[in-house]
Amino acid sequence: MTTATHTERRSGAQYGFSDLPDLLSLMTGAEKHGPAATSTLDVLWVLYDRVLRVSPETVGAADRDRFLLSKGHGPMAYYAVLAAKGFLAPELLASFGGYDSPLGHHPDRLLVPGAEIGSGSLGHGLPLAVGTALGLRAQALPDPAVWVLIGDAEFDEGSNHEAVAFAGAAGLERLHVVAIDNSSATHGWRGGIAARFEAEGWSTETVDGRDHEALYRAFTAPHPGRPHAVVARVEPKNS
Amino acid sequence: METMRDRFIDVTGELLDSDPRLAVVLADISAAGFVAAAERHPDRVVNVGIREQLLIGAAGGLALTGMRPIAHTFASFLIERPFEQVKLDLGHQGVGAVLVSASGSYDWPAGGRTHMAPGDVALLDTLPGWSVHVPGHPDEAETLLRHAAADGDSLQYVRLSVHGNGTARPVRPGRFLTVRRGSGAVVLAVGPMLDAVLAATEGLDVTVLYAATVRPFDAAGLRAALGGRADVVLVEPYLAGTSANEAHAALADLPHRVLGLGVPREEHRHYGSIPEHLAAYGLDEAGLRARITGFLG
Repeated sequence: MTTATHTERRSGAQYGFSDLPDLLSLMTGAEKHGPAATSTLDVLWVLYDRVLRVSPETVGAADRDRFLLSKGHGPMAYYAVLAAKGFLAPELLASFGGYDSPLGHHPDRLLVPGAEIGSGSLGHGLPLAVGTALGLRAQALPDPAVWVLIGDAEFDEGSNHEAVAFAGAAGLERLHVVAIDNSSATHGWRGGIAARFEAEGWSTETVDGRDHEALYRAFTAPHPGRPHAVVARVEPKNS
Repeated sequence: METMRDRFIDVTGELLDSDPRLAVVLADISAAGFVAAAERHPDRVVNVGIREQLLIGAAGGLALTGMRPIAHTFASFLIERPFEQVKLDLGHQGVGAVLVSASGSYDWPAGGRTHMAPGDVALLDTLPGWSVHVPGHPDEAETLLRHAAADGDSLQYVRLSVHGNGTARPVRPGRFLTVRRGSGAVVLAVGPMLDAVLAATEGLDVTVLYAATVRPFDAAGLRAALGGRADVVLVEPYLAGTSANEAHAALADLPHRVLGLGVPREEHRHYGSIPEHLAAYGLDEAGLRARITGFLG
């Protein structure tokens, strides 16, 4: 209960990265910080803390940045960051997976404030992000960035490869992918994931997915005329 | 002769000029027809190449930004191949789209099974909220396309075929049209099946209803057309019995009989022509007459 008391005390205040473990523990009821559950934590934090131009007040604004969580599995880190940034009430985290909870084991955009897509079936986020980038361009909204988070095993899904090839050919420069690589793909990706994006004309960076400064630099690197992929390498899933 | 697909291309190009919310997403099929529209609206006519999962996913993303996407390819590749995208990237995300197919169930028999999609409407029946239009003439296709494009953020499927009827009917979305009145059974002809149904029921004391929109199913229209007994024959240009559940629901409180005629589940491993396939399926005039009179006794 000390965790809950601690969280309530911080309600309404600004949370920092160091508060995320407490928020995460509300969802599991235990100190469960395995790599599989938190492989996305640093990436999500740096994006929401320093990169994305979206806030609880602008979740419906036409010119907001979009973040699409394609890898909807293990969304606790996502919910924790959304709570830390005020999109969700921290008290909701304890309801994780409950019948009346908005917080499922895969997120639903119609239930979670700030969630741009419902996800869980792998390989849908990047095609949806391509369409989002096309829609913003067609409406003469050149500023919003579209970000989509995928996993290295999710990258196995063929739908991603349809999207990677098209986005490169179409030069969708406001489209960004961050691929969390925890070496969980069954057959791996020889030469690394970035090589696939590079072959289709994307700008790419491969960085340590736990190094916040490196992530920030990679996220904000200029990439005129090309979509941008950041491969964030973290410890292997089964290490 | 102008096909429904020709009309779709012309009408959609015109709609793009007048409605800035509309966007067309293609997967190479019909792309040549949209070249002029793409020159006028390069950001709103998008050809993703032969990538049907992306076709539907991109349509979903466009809709997430507030646009009204129209996605088009052959029915096999629009509904069946990316079916999970249809399920998750549109309805589950809470956004809509207009899906416009061509080729239907038997448009290109020489092309074989790969280009036949008799299960498309049945598949959409597993999902909530879809309107399904099956026009029988290019004029009807135009009416239904304009309705579908303008209908807010709804989920609309417009199923185009080269099989059609000789004349257009004054269709209204969601309403069955009474084409012939009788006092006996009701024969409901869907889209391209009307001409054959009218010929097959010549001289029979039946009411012929015409449906160019099958979802929502005009239950009130069906009930209003019933004769002394609730006997209903459905004649559909896709899987036999696709609308049987809808008919049963419409007649749930009545003793009733429903005969569902349409394309059989069994593969017909023959090529040839549309008339040859319709005859093989029992959907030509002679086949329909034999099965309808047999049912009515």
